[in-house]
Amino acid sequence: MATRRAPLEYNRAWQMKLWLFVVFFFLYAPLVALVVFSFNDSKRNIVWRGFTLDYYKKFFNNEDLLIAFANSLTIALFATLISLVIGALAGILLWRYRFFGKTAVEGAFTLPIVVPEICMGVSMLLFFTRVLPWPNDLIWPFSLGSIIIAHVSFCFPFVALVVRARLASFNQEQEEAARDLGANDWQAFRDVLLPHLKPALIAGALLAFTLSLDDFVITFFTSGPDTVTFPVKVYSMLRFSVTPEVNAASTMLIVVTIVLMALMMLIQGRGRK
Amino acid sequence: MASQKKERRLAFLATALPPIAWVVAFFLAPLAIVWAYSFGQNVSLTEVDISGTFANYARALQPLYLGIFAKSIFVAGITTLLCLIIGFPVALSIVFASERWRAWILLLIMLPFWTNLLIRTYALIAVLRTQGYVNFTLEWFWDQGSWLMTLVGLEPLGDFTPLQLLYNNFAVVFGLVYVHLPFMVLPLYAALDRLDKSLIEASLDLGAGHIRTLFLIVVPLALPGIISGIIITFVPALGAYLTPDLLGGPDSQMIANVIERQFKKANDWPFGAALSFLLMYATFAAIALRVYFTRGKSTDAGHGI
Repeated sequence: MATRRAPLEYNRAWQMKLWLFVVFFFLYAPLVALVVFSFNDSKRNIVWRGFTLDYYKKFFNNEDLLIAFANSLTIALFATLISLVIGALAGILLWRYRFFGKTAVEGAFTLPIVVPEICMGVSMLLFFTRVLPWPNDLIWPFSLGSIIIAHVSFCFPFVALVVRARLASFNQEQEEAARDLGANDWQAFRDVLLPHLKPALIAGALLAFTLSLDDFVITFFTSGPDTVTFPVKVYSMLRFSVTPEVNAASTMLIVVTIVLMALMMLIQGRGRK
Repeated sequence: MASQKKERRLAFLATALPPIAWVVAFFLAPLAIVWAYSFGQNVSLTEVDISGTFANYARALQPLYLGIFAKSIFVAGITTLLCLIIGFPVALSIVFASERWRAWILLLIMLPFWTNLLIRTYALIAVLRTQGYVNFTLEWFWDQGSWLMTLVGLEPLGDFTPLQLLYNNFAVVFGLVYVHLPFMVLPLYAALDRLDKSLIEASLDLGAGHIRTLFLIVVPLALPGIISGIIITFVPALGAYLTPDLLGGPDSQMIANVIERQFKKANDWPFGAALSFLLMYATFAAIALRVYFTRGKSTDAGHGI
């Protein structure tokens, strides 16, 4: 007891430190173990038997897994691009215009965020089998179309949220000034509003990309035998056995996620300045 | 003048049509089909007759399915409670942390949130299974304890029997807490951060202890945020599919697993549709509750001060 802590310095109390330590241990130990044991030279996952990259070699030689990985990235890319357009328009629509039924439209744009994943999954399953059967002889990447559509439906509301938050700080006089100087609607949008939205669009794109890449449940109901995504593939591998190969594959995806997160934070940090 | 008005109209349509068309065609229409199916019945393997029957809902109210609903609500409730107990001190410590630490702790809370759900669940399997890390650690302690017992002249403990931690309800709750903790911490943090810290100091100055201050000052003031956190955690936990599927045993089915079974193995789509909509109604009820509570309490808190 060298110095008594001030009353509100709760973080200097050892109980608090211990609590934080235990919580972060709980959150991270399983993930760290997963990554570490992807380098373990043993079929069984529990005792350390030396360093190896064998499971990464296996991962890069496993064609199914690589195709699934490529599918996931392709879907995420297209879903992001479409979500970006739809989401930005949705955000601008709700911010700029007053129109009949606005509350209902606003509700419809937030609904995909709150509807349970399983319900959205079964609705997509029904839709793509009974209403709009997706032809399964299309060439890649068009064969992924149904999954891309499903992903856009749950990604674009998040883009709309981010865009709308950014628009709150937009000074509309700038746009009026552009119009006074002779810009038409499109020019004012392209040269004034769009540059202001740029950080939100980048953040929204990364958000949509991550959400799409992560999704299992909705994809599980929309994917067919020839359109397997990475999480769906890992799920089917898990059903059979738990091997370090799955660890290696998971580690790859974690790395992709962390890179995306870092990018997002970098851009947000820059946007604030 | 007229052309300018026309141009405005065109701009509005160009903004409004794509998102509205998308949400109607690829979100509301699929949901509407599920809704319609919930009033239908199977007539052949692939055909469903939407006859307006309530039989599916009647079946969903049978004790078996009511039991699964009750169980899902119970499991999601326990998960939410545990998240609240674990997350509250974490949120509090983020609020009182220095600027630099705050960013780091927030990042550390968010990072697992962005990691693939499947991967996190898989990571837990390795932790919890009979030959997993937990049992491995316990065995080590058991052996040490056994050795100590013989040292002081007592009978050794005997062989270690691994705990059955996976494929049961415990594993499901453990997994759900693991996955949903960030859902709780972030709204709690947002609520606690807005709190006027001089009120806590005043309470402490006037002689209340830390625990009393916590329950009489902090909790009531942060109540809207706490309720938000509870519902934001409860809603996804209630509809969880993957966690009970991968970590649960035969008796840990939650409602989402039953829905999945109707659509994949049992091939009873109308019944699955009815269950889906019951789950949606439950979700909406929870969200309505949140709107109601946060609206009422935030003004109450304002008046209280």
